[in-house]
Amino acid sequence: MRQEGQPPIVELRDVDKRFGDGPPILDKVSFAAGRGDFITLIGPSGCGKSTILKLISGLIPVSAGRIVVDGMEPSSAVERLAFVFQEPTLLPWLSVSRNVEVPLRLQGAGAQRRAKVVGKALALVRLEDRRDYYPRQLSGGQKMRVSLARALSVEPRILLLDEPFAALDEITRNHLNEELLAIRQQLAWTAFFVTHSVAEAVFLSNRILVMSANPGRVHDELAVDLPYPRTEETRESQEYQRLVGEVSRILRSVEELKP
Amino acid sequence: MRPPRSGLLRALRHLLPVATGAGMILAWYGIHLTMSSEQRFLLPAPHEVARAFVDEGPALWGAALNTGGGALLGFASAVALSFLLALVLSLSPLVRASFYPYLMILQMTPIIVMAPILILWVGPGLKSVTIITFLICFFPMVVNTTQGLISTDRNLVDLFRMCRAAKWQEIFLLRVPAALPYFFTGLRIAGTLAPIGAIVGDFYAGNSAGGQGGLGFLAIIYSSRFQMGALFATAAVSCLLGFVFVAGVIALSWLALHKWHDSFSQSDA
Repeated sequence: MRQEGQPPIVELRDVDKRFGDGPPILDKVSFAAGRGDFITLIGPSGCGKSTILKLISGLIPVSAGRIVVDGMEPSSAVERLAFVFQEPTLLPWLSVSRNVEVPLRLQGAGAQRRAKVVGKALALVRLEDRRDYYPRQLSGGQKMRVSLARALSVEPRILLLDEPFAALDEITRNHLNEELLAIRQQLAWTAFFVTHSVAEAVFLSNRILVMSANPGRVHDELAVDLPYPRTEETRESQEYQRLVGEVSRILRSVEELKP
Repeated sequence: MRPPRSGLLRALRHLLPVATGAGMILAWYGIHLTMSSEQRFLLPAPHEVARAFVDEGPALWGAALNTGGGALLGFASAVALSFLLALVLSLSPLVRASFYPYLMILQMTPIIVMAPILILWVGPGLKSVTIITFLICFFPMVVNTTQGLISTDRNLVDLFRMCRAAKWQEIFLLRVPAALPYFFTGLRIAGTLAPIGAIVGDFYAGNSAGGQGGLGFLAIIYSSRFQMGALFATAAVSCLLGFVFVAGVIALSWLALHKWHDSFSQSDA
């Protein structure tokens, strides 16, 4: 996926993060993402993987080091980013279509453009027939798809996903993983994905960063060379199984590092 | 499929309250008849109350309108001003810390003590009644609305900030609608208190001069004349006024919340 010779779309250089006088959350974290990379951050609780997403999104500042997003400071690059939270994080008083258009509305986009973009985003997550529903009338998986459609509505170049499918059952989660990759085939964004699930990490990404905790560091990086598009058959391939085993092994060794 | 027994249960559910009411009226007659004839005036029979209701009708309904007007004015102004104050209080914990002690003082001072002060300030009548109702409704409204405004889901706030929402957008498109369930909790408490507040206010600060007072004032007149039937009728009208307020508030909250909030959920998902 990564095109050589092009500057990285996101680069972290020696990034430190601590909150107030607390212990360091991140210690000299460095990595670069090329256009189209699907990078998964995996590691024990407290390794700062969600913090990395918040730093890239510009929601919180770094304590030391530098982050460059598309040649800019993260806080100047917000229009190129979209964030998907662990919870669906929908506004319960708005219908599905009104929820999807929230970012556009906040940016002051006109009604015509909003209608067009919302229609497209809902088609991508296959929820056109639920556009007038309220969130409480949807299942957990449907809510998450609305949340995804909302993120896609701003046509981001970079998608930040913080354990988006963690609360769903495994079958729904597998379906959504496949849908996520199918959407990515159409809109080539760069993704940063946080998860606790090794299987999910291997299925989705072309690069996996395994992190260690206290303080958070990038412990190891793995390339996943399984070809896209990936489907249910991918999960049955030997290479997939081997990678799941290898990532699990590294994760276990990272857990043992814990003081 | 409903089990066939539920039809019977539903009929019982409608019949039982009627039966209870009939039983209570019978008991009322019973007590009335066992009292000695000198004391019987203390508890007028239901039909005597009904007659007083008709005889005093014009006075009662006029008084109810006066009290209702004062209650509505005090209630509405408490809702409006409490909303503005809640917006200010929601801005920071420091602002809340500096206001809350004085709100508590306002809440803790009994209306009975405030009434004479108000009468000296603004004179008896509608103004005093409105202010007393306002004072009773204000506190629960401020506390609930403020709590709602500061309880917004953290992730939703992050979402708005990531979308570069202006502060006014965060407040009016996110915090205010998210606070609506809390706001309506406050509104229900205030809606129950408003007619009571207005009648109490009317009792102490109602106006006789040049016109008619409200229900509280009417109660004073009837009690001074030992018109027990009319007093009971006044109580019934006061109760009715309370129901009107509560029904109004419930209708408003239904309009605002039924589509999306779980408190009005049906299993239609």
